[in-house]
Amino acid sequence: MAVLVLAEHDLGTLSAATARIVAAAETLGPVDLLVAGQGVSSVAAEAAKLAGVEKVLVADSAALASLSPEAVAALLARLAEPYTHIVAAAAATGRDAIPRLAAKLDLMPVTDVVAIHGPTRFDRPIYAGNAIETVSSGQNKHLLTIRASAFRPAVTGNDAPIHPVEAGVAAVARFLAAHRTESDLPELSTAQIVVAGGVSFGSAEKFALVSELAKVLGAAVGATRAAVDAGYAPNDWQVGQTGKIIAPDLYIAIGISGALQHLAGIQGAKKIIAINKDPEAPLMKIADIALVGDLFEVVPQLIAGLKR
Amino acid sequence: MKILVAVKRVVDHAVRVRVRPDGSGVETENVRMSMNPFDKHAVEAAVQLGEAGHASEIVVVSIGPKQSNDVILTALAMGAHRGILIEADGRVETLAVAKLLRAVVAEEKPDLVLLGKQAVDDDSNQVGQMLAGLLSWPQATFASEIRVVGDGLEVTREVDYGRATIGVSLPAIVTADLRLNTPRNAALPMVMKARSKPLAVRPAAAFGIDLTPRLKLEKVSPPAERVAGHRVADAAELTAAVQSELSELEAL
Ligand SMILES: Cc1cc2nc3c(=O)[nH]c(=O)nc-3n(C[C@H](O)[C@H](O)[C@H](O)COP(=O)(O)OP(=O)(O)OC[C@H]3O[C@@H](n4cnc5c(N)ncnc54)[C@H](O)[C@@H]3O)c2cc1C
Ligand SMILES: Cc1cc2nc3c(=O)[nH]c(=O)nc-3n(C[C@H](O)[C@H](O)[C@H](O)COP(=O)(O)OP(=O)(O)OC[C@H]3O[C@@H](n4cnc5c(N)ncnc54)[C@H](O)[C@@H]3O)c2cc1C
Repeated sequence: MAVLVLAEHDLGTLSAATARIVAAAETLGPVDLLVAGQGVSSVAAEAAKLAGVEKVLVADSAALASLSPEAVAALLARLAEPYTHIVAAAAATGRDAIPRLAAKLDLMPVTDVVAIHGPTRFDRPIYAGNAIETVSSGQNKHLLTIRASAFRPAVTGNDAPIHPVEAGVAAVARFLAAHRTESDLPELSTAQIVVAGGVSFGSAEKFALVSELAKVLGAAVGATRAAVDAGYAPNDWQVGQTGKIIAPDLYIAIGISGALQHLAGIQGAKKIIAINKDPEAPLMKIADIALVGDLFEVVPQLIAGLKR
Repeated sequence: MKILVAVKRVVDHAVRVRVRPDGSGVETENVRMSMNPFDKHAVEAAVQLGEAGHASEIVVVSIGPKQSNDVILTALAMGAHRGILIEADGRVETLAVAKLLRAVVAEEKPDLVLLGKQAVDDDSNQVGQMLAGLLSWPQATFASEIRVVGDGLEVTREVDYGRATIGVSLPAIVTADLRLNTPRNAALPMVMKARSKPLAVRPAAAFGIDLTPRLKLEKVSPPAERVAGHRVADAAELTAAVQSELSELEAL
């Protein structure tokens, strides 16, 4: 058994998800952590600190600058031979590259793994999390994407050796522009506390109440698809089946009905607090703590109360 | 250009599925089925490219049981020109779906293949990327905007940090996200007209592709149930409850 994990990183920092993927992958065998990109030495240094990493492989190349799936899959295909498992986070890079790699290697991947029962048996959610399937594989290699939020992070304190590897790939698509959501709030996918709002806020200006409460709590901000579609929140704040899947210790849902596609994103939340004027809203029925009330009255009072 | 769109018949997104008591899967008998929502956006994108004069022919293909006819007819009513139903009963894994689609691509020679970013039943989010890998074509997944620029495409994609715009040459694979467009509801005359559009039915077995599943489905289980907690009366009680949660988190 030997595992190759693809590190997730952005703007020169290792994503918090990677520590979780490493911890999950370590149960499968010794882990080599691949850092692919351009100018990624600081990422590699961070990666080397994660407990459980045997060595860090660094592929540094202009062709990998935008981590296009074509280049990442080609790189992984070249490095694949000695490994029994190739693992990535179920985030943008892994989602895009792992299935492409799988097809190239003629393998069936298992995506969105939420539990590992030994080296060849995995759980993954289907139907927006309304069912969990357990699959096993008799293939000689296993390609996985793992939901970071379902696993605890690896600790740091390691000092794994760093080995450069030849990138040997060419970029296919031209990267034209990044449209980044600027925010000084914690990263949504791995935040300990998340405050989320629905379309009921009625405007982007009023949706700022959610960010205000999040600031007081040191929380990340989430939104429903309806709120994103209406333009009140950026797309990378969407939580749910087709947005981000999160598992915070505390989830505060404000004016959110709790459609099954939204609930798919918060099944791992430990505690849910809901504020809604409709006591019958589905989310109110599964919340640990629920308040029936008008968000425009309740939220400012809550912010004021917490500041005190 | 010529566009191929892959559409899948799935349990309607509004249905809350039930896991069968014997753990063999979810109950799909007598539940409402419809076109995978993402695929509607893919069809709409193709039709809009046609209306803008960029697409000369739109072919839709679905792999599945006989009844998948329905979703092809929906796509034809939306404006696609021709349908192909590849009949397969039971489990067809994503890799086999991608291989069947590759065979269709070899016959039809489209310049662009549009798919949904994921199917809402198995939530795999794999087929588009796999087809791109099999064909060694560029891929632009999770698209929220498609623009024809010169003889290629500029595609804006929804990614973890927001959005990213890439340029791809044709032929290419694009998978649709929900904010790509608003799919039209076909008017009755279009629905009637769809029935007269060509629809070829072919058995999956005729493609000579090994469809044997690689993964063994051991069981399907329901997720852990959440039970209702308690209600608080007002903002003051809520503030106290939030504060006690915060001190519990700090204690950890
Ligand atoms: C294929 C597909 C994928 C999808 N993916 C996602 C996804 O990833 N994430 C997602 O979130 N959705 C997703 N959706 C959409 C989902 O079905 C719902 O439409 C959406 O989650 C509803 O958002 P909402 O709760 O903001 O709005 P609504 O359902 O309209 O609910 C608004 C709530 O606010 C309450 N309210 C109104 N005014 C006030 C007030 N003044 N004070 C307090 N409460 C108030 C109402 O009682 C109501 O409960 C998807 C849908 C489809 C078809
Ligand atoms: C272990 C296992 C057990 C399974 N058991 C069953 C079962 O008992 N019964 C059952 O019905 N299915 C079963 N399946 C599911 C079946 O194999 C899926 O149809 C297949 O995995 C495709 O997954 P997806 O639709 O989620 O793909 P995704 O990658 O999420 O789909 C993306 C896009 O690809 C296109 N696409 C996908 N499938 C088709 C298609 N058939 N025709 C045309 N376009 C398509 C669509 O554009 C779609 O939006 C099982 C799958 C696995 C892995």
